[in-house]
Amino acid sequence: MVLNDEEQRMLGGEFGDGTAEAMKLQVAIGEAFDAERMVAITRAHVSLAHYPSDVWYCGKLAAGGARCRVKPTCNPLYDIDYLESIGIRDSANEAELLRTLRQTFLKLGIILTYSCTPEIQSNVPRFGEIVAFAESSATPYVNAVCGARSNRESAKSALAAAITGRAPLYGYLLDENRHGDVLIQVETPIEDDFDYHLLGYAASKKMGSGVPVFTGMPRHPSPEELVSFGAQLATGGSVGMYHIVGVTPEAPDLATACGGRTPERKLTLTNRDLRETKTLLSQGKGDFEFVMLGCPHYSIGQVAEVAELLDGKKIRPEISFWVLTSPTTRDLAARMGYLDIIQQAGGHIIGGTCADISCWYGLYSGKVGVTDSVKAAYYTPRMDMNFQLKRRSECIEIALKGGQA
Amino acid sequence: MTVDKENALTYGCHTISSGSIDGQALISPEPVCFYMIDIDSGKINEKSHALYGQSITDKILVLPSGKGSSVVQDEGLFGLKQKHTGPMGIIVKSPDTVLVAGAIVMGYPLFDRVNKGFYDAVENDDHVSIDGEEERIYLLKK
Repeated sequence: MVLNDEEQRMLGGEFGDGTAEAMKLQVAIGEAFDAERMVAITRAHVSLAHYPSDVWYCGKLAAGGARCRVKPTCNPLYDIDYLESIGIRDSANEAELLRTLRQTFLKLGIILTYSCTPEIQSNVPRFGEIVAFAESSATPYVNAVCGARSNRESAKSALAAAITGRAPLYGYLLDENRHGDVLIQVETPIEDDFDYHLLGYAASKKMGSGVPVFTGMPRHPSPEELVSFGAQLATGGSVGMYHIVGVTPEAPDLATACGGRTPERKLTLTNRDLRETKTLLSQGKGDFEFVMLGCPHYSIGQVAEVAELLDGKKIRPEISFWVLTSPTTRDLAARMGYLDIIQQAGGHIIGGTCADISCWYGLYSGKVGVTDSVKAAYYTPRMDMNFQLKRRSECIEIALKGGQA
Repeated sequence: MTVDKENALTYGCHTISSGSIDGQALISPEPVCFYMIDIDSGKINEKSHALYGQSITDKILVLPSGKGSSVVQDEGLFGLKQKHTGPMGIIVKSPDTVLVAGAIVMGYPLFDRVNKGFYDAVENDDHVSIDGEEERIYLLKK
């Protein structure tokens, strides 16, 4: 791999050990994928959390004097102050850890957006822009929907890119790797964001590696539906780029999406695949004790739908009700009255908080709840926090009437 | 345990994260998310996974690819490293950035571009020895 003068100086330690460490990781990744050189990036999103490996890595780079040349947005942790304000104590004993990590983030130059959907709010790239995005809810979206160019960065490789302002030139940054090679014909109606969740997971589980090209999909999907779709494509498998013919910008038609080649494989997805995904990922038995919506973070539109369904009603006292969103969207919900409506009904909107994060395990391990998120249902059973998958309206129905799995 | 290189099947490979390792093969027919492995026992705890309940500790894992979120793959690899319950090394058909960065940062030997015959020949518990510098894999059938 050929490095220019400045990249060499970064690697050589002229800008400090932290920057050198970041460049070292990027050179190793570049060599793994036969990148010939580095290119400049203009945006980044880091999916760092307070997991031990992230705390260790961020601390090491910050101590080495690293500072982001391209200031990245960041993923949610959890809003410990809000939880304490409603009487939920710091059972994981993490207040100090969260405070320290926040200081480390600030030292590194990370923007504290605490959102897993920067691609529709705080960090929206333009067509063709070269960026370094981590976060499965975001990377497929910026590639497929925005037409920007990012590899499916890990939390650490995205931070390295933000620090150096460079990314190795390989993978989805190059035209030839963005073309579709698996044709997926969708033969079932796709009606709302929940269907996109199920379809995304089912498709990526079925296809394995590759760039899928979807046909038979609705022509006017909402941003929220596409956020849901991308997040699940990167959960069931490792899809970082996809096309929907007639919808996404690099797929005006099938031939263009596939770069003029014939797709190597063809698959069909039917209602049966969606139903199987729902059954496979729904776990736990017993009375429902919690409802969790907003993985990926709900947009203001989705929060509005929740408020509309809860307006003037009361959530059963034995059921905790959570809407997860970005701090920015929570502020907006407060300004627009949705927060009041949801609180009046007995529910919470919590900002900057992830569905699969330590604050929930102490509350809900060994219990069963409902969610409309395939991603939440997939990851949390490892902590014995179980979900039955339902549509948003069904989740709210259960909040109001109770129910069991 | 060292492999008898004279009698072993030999394959070229590409080293992503270096190391010279020697152990038993464990083949996963589907992608693996290392977060969905119990770090105390090294056993896969994803119920719908083909290797559910099997331990990956000290194995040379042969994978089609990694899978899962950019947040948690690293966390799984890190936890397994801390508890000494991780794989000895990984051979992967289609490497992705998340897996590659994780392996490099946490120091797991990782190899790809193995000559095609290897995948036809290798079976669980076969003895595999990899020289990361030479970019060679030696396979001794059980």
